[in-house]
Amino acid sequence: MKTRVLIVEPSQIIVEGLVHMLQDKPNIKLLSPEYNLQYLQERIVAGKPDVMLVNANMAAQAVKACGGKKIGVLGLVYQYVDPTTRSLFCDIVDIRDSGVAIVDKIVRAASYSSKPCEPTTDRYELTKRETTVLIEVAKGLTNKEIANKLNVSTYTVISHRKNIVSKTGIKSVAGLTVYALLNNLIDENVLE
Amino acid sequence: MNEIIYDVNIKMSEMITAHPGLATMLGRFGLSLGFGDKSVKDVCASRGVSVDFFLLMCNVYNNESYLPSMDDLLATDMSGLVPYLQLSHTYYAGKRLPHIEHHLHHIAEQMPQRVAGVFMRFFAEYRDEVTAHFHYEEKNVFPHIVSLQNGEAGTDYRIKDYLAAHSNIEDKLDDLLQIIFKYLPQSATGDDAVDVVYDILQLSADLKKHALIEEKILVPYVKTLEKKMS
Repeated sequence: MKTRVLIVEPSQIIVEGLVHMLQDKPNIKLLSPEYNLQYLQERIVAGKPDVMLVNANMAAQAVKACGGKKIGVLGLVYQYVDPTTRSLFCDIVDIRDSGVAIVDKIVRAASYSSKPCEPTTDRYELTKRETTVLIEVAKGLTNKEIANKLNVSTYTVISHRKNIVSKTGIKSVAGLTVYALLNNLIDENVLE
Repeated sequence: MNEIIYDVNIKMSEMITAHPGLATMLGRFGLSLGFGDKSVKDVCASRGVSVDFFLLMCNVYNNESYLPSMDDLLATDMSGLVPYLQLSHTYYAGKRLPHIEHHLHHIAEQMPQRVAGVFMRFFAEYRDEVTAHFHYEEKNVFPHIVSLQNGEAGTDYRIKDYLAAHSNIEDKLDDLLQIIFKYLPQSATGDDAVDVVYDILQLSADLKKHALIEEKILVPYVKTLEKKMS
């Protein structure tokens, strides 16, 4: 069955680019795009999309327009978007993503629509636990010290650290410390 | 793939035009621009550079899948290897790192003071690490190689200790890129940030080749020389 996709995006360039990339894909059925929010709710009722690709600035209204329907809502991101907004989406389509990656995300988002649309942490965002571990790593604690402090096994700490590295793309402890500071997770005074 | 992809008789200018990345390497052979219409062979000969060694390094540098065989290495005049690596170190430590640091200072000036210090310290630690790494090689490894190449017994150093001590100096540079790509405060993302990204990418690629040369060429080559002498 084809995934029914509704694009909600004010920029004509972006819309036409996406249409151009997606129109011939065998597993995707594109509904005619929506450039603003005015009739979005009606369009959703009429078009029955499985997945919506929504401009990040329209996140809150678009999710509201879904009215609890089973729709996978993907955020279209082409500049910095704050984590709270990102968390409204099932997943993020970045403007720098390849065509293949975008199709892949759409198909995956269709499977989210089997559940009611609800905010999930996106996979680039650290979980609360990972953030806790990151803070300890940044302070210079070893895996064993972190495990003791958080009362978990060293293995668990290592697994969190793997996720932290793959999500942030930063491997060295010194780099993670800079990351923690730039994101206001730690105060520079704790480092000395 | 073990074939040399360049012909010694083509013009040096044509070779560099086709592969501009090679231009940064010329200085490490003691070659400079302005070679007129001379062939690769003649340019090398005029400066006393072994053309075989020159081409071998160009191939390694420019060709992902190329690694010379031990037979290739032993058939090549490798006396240029240590000077080449030495000049590479001088280029990285004396030119590229200060250049990048200069850019980073500009970026840091636009950052909240709180993070600027940490950001610069990250780089300073990296620079010290790299410098120490180079110093170790220059003090321990290079004299040993030169001695072996002169048909002597080498120093007390043994190349098997090298890989153990050979720390990875590329990871932190990649981390720096990620930080600049993703996590810079909006106040600090101007032209300087973009410029420095190019500089870091170039240095990172260069250092990866440098590590490849040391680990996949220098180590087996010196092992073979050590065996011959024992």
